[in-house]
Amino acid sequence: MANITLAHGSGGRLMHELIRKKILGVYGNPVLNRMADAAVLELDKKRIAFTTDSFVVKPLIFKGGDIGKLAVCGTVNDLAVSGALPLYISCSLIIEEGLSEGLLMRFIASMKKEARTAGVEVVTGDIKVVEKGNCDGIFINTSGIGVVKYSRELSVRRIKPGDKVIINGTIADHGTAVMLARNDLGFKSGPKSDCASLNGLILMVLNKCSNVKFMRDPTRGGVAAVMNEIVEDAPFGIQLFEDKIPISKETASVCEILGIEPLQMANEGKVIAIVGPQDAGKALRIMKKHSLGRRGAIIGEVTKDFKGRVVLKTKVGGERIVDMPVLEVLPRIC
Amino acid sequence: MKYIDEFRDLKLAKNLSAKIEKLARGRGRYNFMEVCGTHTNTFYRFGLAKLLPENIRLISGPGCPVCVTDASYIDSAITLAGSGDTIITTFGDMIKVPGSKSSLYRERAKGRNIRIVYSSLDALRIAEENPSKDVIFLGVGFETTAPTVAMAIIEAKKRRVRNFFVYSAHKLIPPAMTAILKDKNVALDGFILPAHVSSIIGADGYKFLKKFNIPGVIAGFEPLDMLQGILLLVMDVNSGKAGIVNEYNRVVHKRGNKRAQEVMQRIFAPCDSVWRGIGRIPKSGLAIRGEFSDFDAEKRFGVKKVKIPIDRRCLCGEVIKGVKLPEDCRLFRKVCTPDNPKGPCMVSSEGTCGIHFRYK
Repeated sequence: MANITLAHGSGGRLMHELIRKKILGVYGNPVLNRMADAAVLELDKKRIAFTTDSFVVKPLIFKGGDIGKLAVCGTVNDLAVSGALPLYISCSLIIEEGLSEGLLMRFIASMKKEARTAGVEVVTGDIKVVEKGNCDGIFINTSGIGVVKYSRELSVRRIKPGDKVIINGTIADHGTAVMLARNDLGFKSGPKSDCASLNGLILMVLNKCSNVKFMRDPTRGGVAAVMNEIVEDAPFGIQLFEDKIPISKETASVCEILGIEPLQMANEGKVIAIVGPQDAGKALRIMKKHSLGRRGAIIGEVTKDFKGRVVLKTKVGGERIVDMPVLEVLPRIC
Repeated sequence: MKYIDEFRDLKLAKNLSAKIEKLARGRGRYNFMEVCGTHTNTFYRFGLAKLLPENIRLISGPGCPVCVTDASYIDSAITLAGSGDTIITTFGDMIKVPGSKSSLYRERAKGRNIRIVYSSLDALRIAEENPSKDVIFLGVGFETTAPTVAMAIIEAKKRRVRNFFVYSAHKLIPPAMTAILKDKNVALDGFILPAHVSSIIGADGYKFLKKFNIPGVIAGFEPLDMLQGILLLVMDVNSGKAGIVNEYNRVVHKRGNKRAQEVMQRIFAPCDSVWRGIGRIPKSGLAIRGEFSDFDAEKRFGVKKVKIPIDRRCLCGEVIKGVKLPEDCRLFRKVCTPDNPKGPCMVSSEGTCGIHFRYK
């Protein structure tokens, strides 16, 4: 068997294949096989969403956030896109010996602040300390549970041609900010991570639009990975419109210089919603009223053309495939 | 973005597309080679095929430095990475390229100290910060990159940095174009000439094309630049002209960048070089001159390049020349895939074989 590389954790094709072909083969069950951001479970006649995520970001502090804030937002968003009201989270800390207590307390304070913003409570946790060199300062695992309030199932199975693809704002900000911080590429300025808890915005949309069919937060692998996961094995395709996709000037400039595909870059404060055409305008209007949705836009639509593929209509009127990312996104040579 | 959005204007693109369609209508096939990988990127990124008539065929040339890097170079770089006292520094996309058995990406997963940098000066900084390690920069690229690497060597000498080395696999574009044109099976009608390389060597750098009676347009990397370049090439072919047109005159000058040329010539001397999928091309590479051998990783570490036989079944050489299609190759899809590429056209996600693999 081959070795695991960083690409297996980058949210692209290799990670997808590792989960589908290897892990589900051993662990598969009807709930897990759905591969949703959170498992929706029926417990004593109540629908509960349950999710877990580990945060291993390097560097630990980046423009717009830190690992503590990220650890709360990531889990809250996984619950929210599953139609759940996030309630409680756990926090498990794996700390490398030598980490300063001051830094640790900064991350704990970030978590507390973000948990308050998101309306969740950290109710259980764990601490392990590993030898120097065995982790990058600190790894944080958070799990979360919430109550599913939305009565309709949010599932790829409900998507049909004609549905619209909506995003709540600019893409690629988190991935670009972290890449600049991580690779020390000499940029004096750059974008800020969009790291934010989206449960408030999502709840507003779900409460008022019955035709929201599917939601996902485009984290690792970005918009490209989410779009490709939706069309995989589906009897439809997705058309995206480049001129409608919001991107900040700073992020666009950095991506241009480094030759990076913004559609493949990670986001931590974005949600993609697939909404029936009758509710799409309304869903967008609701998003735009929220502080995290001001630059929201309808960026594409589900179509019976090019089945199983994601096609981008480019700004100059051309067309191209948007593929699932394969390896880590890396700066080009020239 | 100013100076970028203007070159992505929908209306202008439609106008250019209509003009090309009109001029090319009813004529035979036009085989144009975009020499440079960044043009290939523009072509696919903006979906320009949709804006061109079917009788215009774009062929991806040898101008992706990463793709044409021979597997033996990757193998040697992996050997260099094997020592615990070594830090390998490289441009990001190099680490994906497979050698004969492994890649830098896989070696990094095994714990080798391989770091991504954005410029050779970053590699020099790493050397200064790690005086107890040997820092080797993988010098890969064309005329565009070579002067910056030359500057890093000059700086290293000036600052007396003794643990910084360059493993040079730099290549030159004109000899590769000449090799392609000398092939009697070649079927090209014109070149879209590389923008960045041209900014260094200037329009005069393509004087050799006169001998081959083939037109070339130096075009910028924006989609409108490329469409304009294709329009100019169609006009040249229709009128039987075979000169060099500089569409990218906002950056490229007739004689190029003299300072960059001087720096490059001070540090490097032309040498024969092996191009992945094509083979050895005389005087198409750049070796570090003897007086700077203290910075030459090849000499300092006694790199022994093991010759990896070219798989005779691989048709990338023919695909690059526009003589064959990927589907004509017996390795295509069966043995040669994006995860296990054999030739340069499959190594790059923008190479002709990679594109055909994923989208056709």
